[in-house]
Amino acid sequence: MSGGAKLHVRVAEVVPVNDLIKRFRFVTRDGSPMPAFSGGSHTVVEMDDHGTRRLNPYSLMSDPEDTSGYEISVRRDEAGRGGSLFMHTHVQPGMEMVLSHPLNLFQLDGRSRKHLMIAGGIGITPFLAQIKQLTHFGGRFELHYAARNRELGAYTADLKSAHGDRVHLYFDEEGQVIDLKSLLNRQPIGTHLYVCGPKGMLNWVRSTAQAQGWPEASVHFEEFLAPGTGTVFQAQLATSGKTVTVGTHQSLLEAIEAAGVDAPYLCRGGACGQCETNILHCDGTILHRDHWLTPEDQAAGTKIMPCVSRFEGKTLILER
Amino acid sequence: MTKTAFPPSIKSRPVYADLVARPGTYHLVIADGEGAGAVVDLLAGAAEPAVMLAVMHVVYAPGPNGTDEAAVLQALGAAQFYRAPTIAAMLPRIARVLLDAHMGTQFYLAGTEGLIGQAEREIMATGFPHTAIQKEHRGSTVRRVQCVHCKGITESVRTDPFACSHCGLNLFVRDHYSRRIAAFQGVNIDAEDPGLVPAAVERFK
Ligand code: FES
Repeated sequence: MSGGAKLHVRVAEVVPVNDLIKRFRFVTRDGSPMPAFSGGSHTVVEMDDHGTRRLNPYSLMSDPEDTSGYEISVRRDEAGRGGSLFMHTHVQPGMEMVLSHPLNLFQLDGRSRKHLMIAGGIGITPFLAQIKQLTHFGGRFELHYAARNRELGAYTADLKSAHGDRVHLYFDEEGQVIDLKSLLNRQPIGTHLYVCGPKGMLNWVRSTAQAQGWPEASVHFEEFLAPGTGTVFQAQLATSGKTVTVGTHQSLLEAIEAAGVDAPYLCRGGACGQCETNILHCDGTILHRDHWLTPEDQAAGTKIMPCVSRFEGKTLILER
Repeated sequence: MTKTAFPPSIKSRPVYADLVARPGTYHLVIADGEGAGAVVDLLAGAAEPAVMLAVMHVVYAPGPNGTDEAAVLQALGAAQFYRAPTIAAMLPRIARVLLDAHMGTQFYLAGTEGLIGQAEREIMATGFPHTAIQKEHRGSTVRRVQCVHCKGITESVRTDPFACSHCGLNLFVRDHYSRRIAAFQGVNIDAEDPGLVPAAVERFK
């Protein structure tokens, strides 16, 4: 089955962290240990939202060595497609849910002399697990964490009290901004940079690092793209002989799955490459939204990542 | 000076390209022998050579064939220039420079594979990705080879096979390269029929 083996869990705890964020703890239903993971991993949470199947990736924030359970934090997104709202309004302790095995697309590079982490808002979650991992195995890190205000900056107090000077906080509403240029300039050679946060922050950090001579291979980022909305379109699936209609709030992958076709996927966020699908014919425009295909591949128009990308035009025929 | 053309090989064999000036806050240039020519060409192709030279450190050693173009490099006018008598003598200097180096530094290696491999290893030890280190081969193609049996390293190997300078086994020189050891691998060629050793051919000059 696509998406790999599943973990059958029970919700152990739901904790409101602040006005927008809730933390969820999952444990196995039969009391067996959860698989250990590495900091930066995410899990795909399956939700049955009143008949609509939702699968959203969330970074694991708990201690990677703690096999008694997994924790994630979910920010409520009113404008989103509904996954985070479902987590906030319907998920209660005791509920049975299904998770994917952890998958890491944002791992620490163990060869580096120092890890420089930059987090924006809810993008703090993978760093929480990574920092716990570093405290077990050793490793130098420095975290720069920006949030809208003190109230919405989740886990700032815990981080500060546990790691003191290694943690630097910035609050937008107090006019505090990371002095990125000088921060990047003073990093010892061999430092690796990790960034997780909103798109604007990712672009800013990546382009500044590039301009200052940082190699691409030293800059790691994670952004789970929501599939995004768009106009309704149709796609023909040549292998399975079906035609699917993709709704405004649906992803192409979800439409393929709803038609009963078992399509490959892992991250469902345009990052892992697992869902890559060949395009046999395209009369129109592919709206590429993934981080996987190279710009050349995207321009060639022979492949699409159906978990996040869409189509506008007359005919789209996929090898699926 | 013509650039080196290597015969087709296995996928893991290191490959080299022309040095290209990249934006950086500091430029560390490490060369030996004919690699000096690559450094001259690098600056000739740079948009703003003066700006680059102002934050450039050049470390140089004569090549294994005796080529010594230190005077040419010194005349370029980099902020710092250092001539080492040998690659071995140069390595502690590089390690010291790396201790104070910051991200934003660009690395340019030019010359023989022994120089390139050993300088790359020093840089990699900091966690800097080897894919971002520029390397251009010039000059001698003699190899640094590790005997896979006794682990001893023989420098400036010219012939294939050759006798390990440590344990004396007759070694066949493979294209299999170790980035961690900065050496090609040498494997005993007469293990099954001791004494049956093909004539040595001068493959590396
Ligand atoms: S499922 Fe990972 S890129 Fe589409």
